[in-house]
Formats: sequence, structure tokens, C-alpha cells
Amino acid sequence: MDVRYINAFIKSICNTFETMCAMKVTLGKPAMKSGDDPKADVSGVIGFSGDAAGSVVLHFHFDVASKIATRFAGIDIDQDHEDFGDAIGELANMVAGGAKAQFEGLDVSISLPNVIVGEKHNVSAPKGSQRIVIPCVTELGSFTVELGMVLAKSVKSPGTNENVGANA
Amino acid sequence: MKILLVDDSRTIRNIQKNVLKQLGHTDIMEAEDGVQALAKFDEVTPDLALVDWNMPNMDGITLIRKIREFNKTVPLIMCTTEAEKTRVLEAIKAGVNNYIVKPFTVESLGEKITQTMAKVTATAKS
Repeated sequence: MDVRYINAFIKSICNTFETMCAMKVTLGKPAMKSGDDPKADVSGVIGFSGDAAGSVVLHFHFDVASKIATRFAGIDIDQDHEDFGDAIGELANMVAGGAKAQFEGLDVSISLPNVIVGEKHNVSAPKGSQRIVIPCVTELGSFTVELGMVLAKSVKSPGTNENVGANA
Repeated sequence: MKILLVDDSRTIRNIQKNVLKQLGHTDIMEAEDGVQALAKFDEVTPDLALVDWNMPNMDGITLIRKIREFNKTVPLIMCTTEAEKTRVLEAIKAGVNNYIVKPFTVESLGEKITQTMAKVTATAKS
């Protein structure tokens, strides 16, 4: 995946959590997703379509998700609260939208948020797709952001003459 | 002043409500999508509406276009994650008075609302 798109997500993650939750996010080194990645309890998923296809997934453990949702919404939100999924989905939406705005020259649409809740689940990626995992540390706990994006075959990578296709 | 909040996220509507309350506005209506918002307009015309872009059933840009077919003056603010210049221009063309990108600070949302209402009031007087 092109480093420019990874950087767009990194910038958007920091901006979203700093603006909406008043907290700094310290990012770990992005790495390829492997089968050993820790399982999540809550995942906020946004899909991309258009000139690029893929998704961004915010993975949390219940306790961290509750603390972050509470900070975001300004009211106590535990995992049983009716707005728990809504808050996590909206954070994922903001991360996706903020990154998308930095995809120069690409016309990309984002999906409505989907939120998966269930202890220690795994979100499967399409076979053969490259997924990047970015570890995020905050004062309320750690979470990870997983992303994968492939440019449409008709789209040339900005700044190159190459059609990057599945390597994007 | 009646204000209509149109967003499929209740969390966002609650955040917006808190900002509006801080600004002294308590007469607030809510809709989860464009279809519900149009139904609210049938009941009563709000003095201001905050509209999200990406929503199920009817998105915000379609809603704005439909509202402008029968009401050219109600102040409309698009409040969305859609931050590209092309999207902002599309929204302006559709008839929004102002535009705020999510994530937003409480202060910036308050400013946009105050700014929009001041502009609308000034235009009405001139």
C-alpha cells in the first residue's frame, strides 16, 4: 500500500481523536497484518469504493472502547449502552473521511459505518489482500487501526506513470 | 428559534445539541435521515438545519436539493466528514449556507452556527 495513503490515515487518526476526544494518540510502527494479531471485542468498519476500494477498521477491547466512547460523547457509555456502537462507528467514519480528503486525485466514496461487537472476534480480509495494522496508544488505553486499499485498475498512482493496481 | 439536526448518528446529534444549548438554543428537532427531515419540514419549518451528508434512505445532498425546491431561505449548514473541495462546492451549488467538516471542535461548531445566523439576519435586513 502506498505510503502516502498510510500517512493520510495516520494524520486523520491523530486529528480525529485529538479534536473529538481531546487526547493525543501515540502511533506504533505500521506492520502487515498477520494471523497473530490480537483479537478485538469491538470493530468499527468503513468501506471505500470508487477510484480506490478497501476498508479501514478500528479495533478495540471493550474497556478501551467504553472509555473512548464516553470521552467522545460526553456521557457515560458502557458496552451495553444503546449508543455504544453508534459512537464507535462515528469515530471510524471520521477517521475514514479525514483520510479520504487527503487522497489527491482520487474520487472515493465511503460507506456508512458498520460496527461488530463480540468478544475476541477477528475481521477477515479478502484473500490475498495486503492489510496494514497501526498500533495506537492513548491515555485511555490502546487500540489498533487496520487498513487496506487497492486502486482501481483504471487509476494511475498520483505522481507516477505506473498503473499500480493491486500493489497500491 | 427552531433548529433541526439531521444526522444518522445519535452521538453526533447529542454533541450538537449540547453546543446549541450552550448557545442558548433549546427548541431542537431531530431526524435520522433525509426522509425523516423532509417529514419534519412538513410539520414545521425550522429556522436552521444542520445536515449530515452520508445517511441511509436519503443522503444530505439530496435532502438539501429537495429543501431548496420549496424553501430558498432556510439556513442550512452541512456538517460532514466529506472534506474535499469538490464536495464543498457541490454542497454550495445545492444551496447550503455554510459547511463544517467532522471532526469539529465545540467552539468551531458554535462559531459556524453564529456566523450563519448573523449572515442570514444581515441579508434579510438589507
